[in-house]
Amino acid sequence: MTDIAVETSAPAELPRTKTDWVPLALVPALALLALPFIGSPSAWVTLTVAGLAMGMMIFLMASGLTLVFGLMDIINFGHGVFISLGAYATLIVLGPLAGWGEADSIGLNLALLGLCIVTAMAVTGVVGAVFERVIVRPVYGSHLKQILVTMGGLIVAEQAIHAIWGASPIPIRLPETLRGAFVIGDIVMERYRVVAVGVGLVVFIGMQLLLNRTRIGLLIRAGVENPEMVEALGYRIRRLFVSVFVAGSALAGLGGVMWAFYRQTLTAGMGMEVMVLVFIVIIVGGLGSVGGCFVGSILVALVANYVGFLAPKLALISNILVMALVLTWRPQGLFPVARR
Amino acid sequence: MTEPLLQLTDVHTHIGPYHILQGVTCDIPTGSLTMLLGRNGAGKTTTLRTIMGLWRASSGKIRFDGRDITTCSTPSIAQAGIAYVPESMAIFTDLTVRENIVLAARSGPVDSARLDWMLGLFPALKRFWNLPAGNLSGGQKQMLAIARAIAEPRRLLLVDEPTKGLAPVMVRSMIEAFRALKAAGETILLVEQNFYAASALGDNVLVMDDGRIVHSGAMSDLVADQVLQQRLLGLSLDAHQ
Amino acid sequence: MTATSVIPAPFDESRSRAGFLSRALSSDLPRSRALSFILIAIVLTLALTPLLFSGSQPLSTAAKICVFIVLVASYDLLLGYSGIVSFAHTMFFGIGGYGIAIGLEKLGPDWSSVAIGLIAALALSAVLAIAIGLLSLRVRAIFFSMITLAVASAMAVLASQMSGITGGEDGLSFQLPYALRPAFRVFSEPVFGVMINGRIVAYYLVFFVTVGVFLLLLRIVNSPFGRVLQAIRENEFRAEALGYRVVAYRTAASVISALAATIAGGLLALWLRYNGPDTTLSFAIMIDILLMVVIGGMGTMYGAIIGAALFVLAQSYLQVLMDAGSKALAGIPLLPNLVHPDRWLLWLGALFVISVYAFPGGIVGRLRQGKQS
Repeated sequence: MTDIAVETSAPAELPRTKTDWVPLALVPALALLALPFIGSPSAWVTLTVAGLAMGMMIFLMASGLTLVFGLMDIINFGHGVFISLGAYATLIVLGPLAGWGEADSIGLNLALLGLCIVTAMAVTGVVGAVFERVIVRPVYGSHLKQILVTMGGLIVAEQAIHAIWGASPIPIRLPETLRGAFVIGDIVMERYRVVAVGVGLVVFIGMQLLLNRTRIGLLIRAGVENPEMVEALGYRIRRLFVSVFVAGSALAGLGGVMWAFYRQTLTAGMGMEVMVLVFIVIIVGGLGSVGGCFVGSILVALVANYVGFLAPKLALISNILVMALVLTWRPQGLFPVARR
Repeated sequence: MTEPLLQLTDVHTHIGPYHILQGVTCDIPTGSLTMLLGRNGAGKTTTLRTIMGLWRASSGKIRFDGRDITTCSTPSIAQAGIAYVPESMAIFTDLTVRENIVLAARSGPVDSARLDWMLGLFPALKRFWNLPAGNLSGGQKQMLAIARAIAEPRRLLLVDEPTKGLAPVMVRSMIEAFRALKAAGETILLVEQNFYAASALGDNVLVMDDGRIVHSGAMSDLVADQVLQQRLLGLSLDAHQ
Repeated sequence: MTATSVIPAPFDESRSRAGFLSRALSSDLPRSRALSFILIAIVLTLALTPLLFSGSQPLSTAAKICVFIVLVASYDLLLGYSGIVSFAHTMFFGIGGYGIAIGLEKLGPDWSSVAIGLIAALALSAVLAIAIGLLSLRVRAIFFSMITLAVASAMAVLASQMSGITGGEDGLSFQLPYALRPAFRVFSEPVFGVMINGRIVAYYLVFFVTVGVFLLLLRIVNSPFGRVLQAIRENEFRAEALGYRVVAYRTAASVISALAATIAGGLLALWLRYNGPDTTLSFAIMIDILLMVVIGGMGTMYGAIIGAALFVLAQSYLQVLMDAGSKALAGIPLLPNLVHPDRWLLWLGALFVISVYAFPGGIVGRLRQGKQS
């Protein structure tokens, strides 16, 4: 990393950095607003943790998609299949190492989860590279063809999962120590949800550091804004595209693992089912914005949880309502990305 | 006789159905500041973009530093030593001023002597060093765009209308900056609509019309010859004098 | 997609021969001998299915092909002619199905219930299509696609939630008007050895509505309105600059397409005497529609006939072939799984991807090209 030391004497007319606080304040405001309606503080904590966990998992699944869109102007409707593939890839690890999951050792259990994640990310990363080369590359620039062809890729890949692992749903078990819940007073927090929040936070912070503190990150951010100028500075943006696509697919795989252990059942269509939420989240967050995707995920998940508690009938369309409200307020999403 | 740094031979460029460059031939000698003049739509920007590989020449030859770069990709043209400042400036508004410069120095950290020199040319940038470049004013953005182009040593700078839309005081400081760059021995191809700025700076001048170079010669000759000015640049003269 | 292959040339010789057939087809003839032959074969087979084949299986297959022809043709108006990728098409299909189902279940099995159900469904579809169109057709294509996907899935959830009206996950079974029931006889004696019962009447109802809606859609895409849609698809900004209200045209296309999909849903419900989330609303059906329209040929209308026929036949009969292949390959790892009869979608999916790249005009485009060269 380059270090350029320049003494910054701050003069009076220094323009302020305009940080957009309103969308950020939305999440705590929403959580506080929900408290009096829910009444019981313990139920509120449980719901909020559950919402955060759900939000983190959606963020994991959505972040890659929004980044790929931002940088490459490519929308991958087949993204969901990487979620499914990541979930199924856990079987590669869970088969031979089933003992680690049954052992009553938090170390072994977490090691197993970690190994599942690494395997899933490796598998989805490799498949992502192939997908980019075969399916996506010939259709850069045409959104219509992208939508169609990535849908086609989705159909083929889902069927391939069926062919490899069979068509019937496969149950998987959470590692021993991750089952059950922490109980503090009358507050109940499922252990796995806490783990999911942890993983989500680690990935989010990692991505923020990567994007803000490394040259690769600078290139990605610059590329989102103006890929042509990045090329004119002498960088081969193609390579950057491919690496971001691979990373995005691997992130979907990671999300798939977390989502799989949450559902504890594997189906080839599980990725596509959750894609609806993923799309809502990236629209709400602003297409191409990682921070927006993070805020959007938590917002959508919290709303779904609170509404699910207060008015169960409305829960399933609450996402659409959130999307409609956000789009009326900011037609480009919470954090519109500056574009060419 | 030494070969010019950049040489275009009968370059044609098509954009979609339109035939924009219709046989551009010109030389840019090493160490010179060449002004490229012409009315709107004459093909000045297209010439720069074609040199940069952002649009493809459909025929003709572009040689840079003894090498044929006609079919090279944009990144390899940049790596060969050509820097480009587009008319839109294309600074990365989401990145800080510092990050913009860091990214432009492809081969590694900017050495402090160069940095001092750069910030000496554009002192305003120092004050906004760690702020998002989107907060800069138009003139400051233009300064950053040029600073980015010289963040590391380059053989040739292509600059598209750096004075466009700037206040007169900014135009004057921009002219000063280009004088300093010229004094430092940079080779520059500058597109300009502002004849006042152009005549103050240029060693050589190229005039384009309808996708061709219609005049090339020393700037001093054009400045001295009112009739030629009238014939080649009738409109831009009226507008700026 | 090349526009030239889709829009007939202004001096197309076929246009001067304004016979009855040409007028019925809005002068948009198949323009390929092989294509004409295949289309005639499909239409004749569909028209004569009750006489040619015995048993309920072929009749059901034929009815399904008819319903999908309407559905896919209406989707082609959006995708092929207007360049809009909507994932909400099954929503309108479902509304049609539920309109008929709810009408007949709540109001009793007579024709007025059919009419009320259908009209209510058409009205709801039109309102929803206008709302979606005005709200989201101004945004970029991908935004629109994602929003329609979200709305459609919300609708599917809603339908299975409101079990009091829609029957929830189980759906609704209902009685048809007497004239469409198997027990009804048109003539007391068999005709050409076939007893014309209510089932066959129902089939011909489906068939003739299909023919009518298809010809109407063909007329629409060949009208000045259709040309404007194609102009917008090719270059939105130029069309806007020429003074066409892009959003209005696209919304109109969405509404027409939605209405036709609603009719298709109604036909399917009438034929099945049942409607539920899986038969009309599921995302799987949306995928089927995409496969049919792309493989058949986007922006050709005739592609709908070929795509629907091919797909439904593949769904019913390709599996038999693959079963044989799978058995022949037994013992080799993975390969038998790939040709397992349940994997027929894998191959259609691959064909779909190849279609998008290699022949964007689908089968129809390919046949027409073959004629030109």
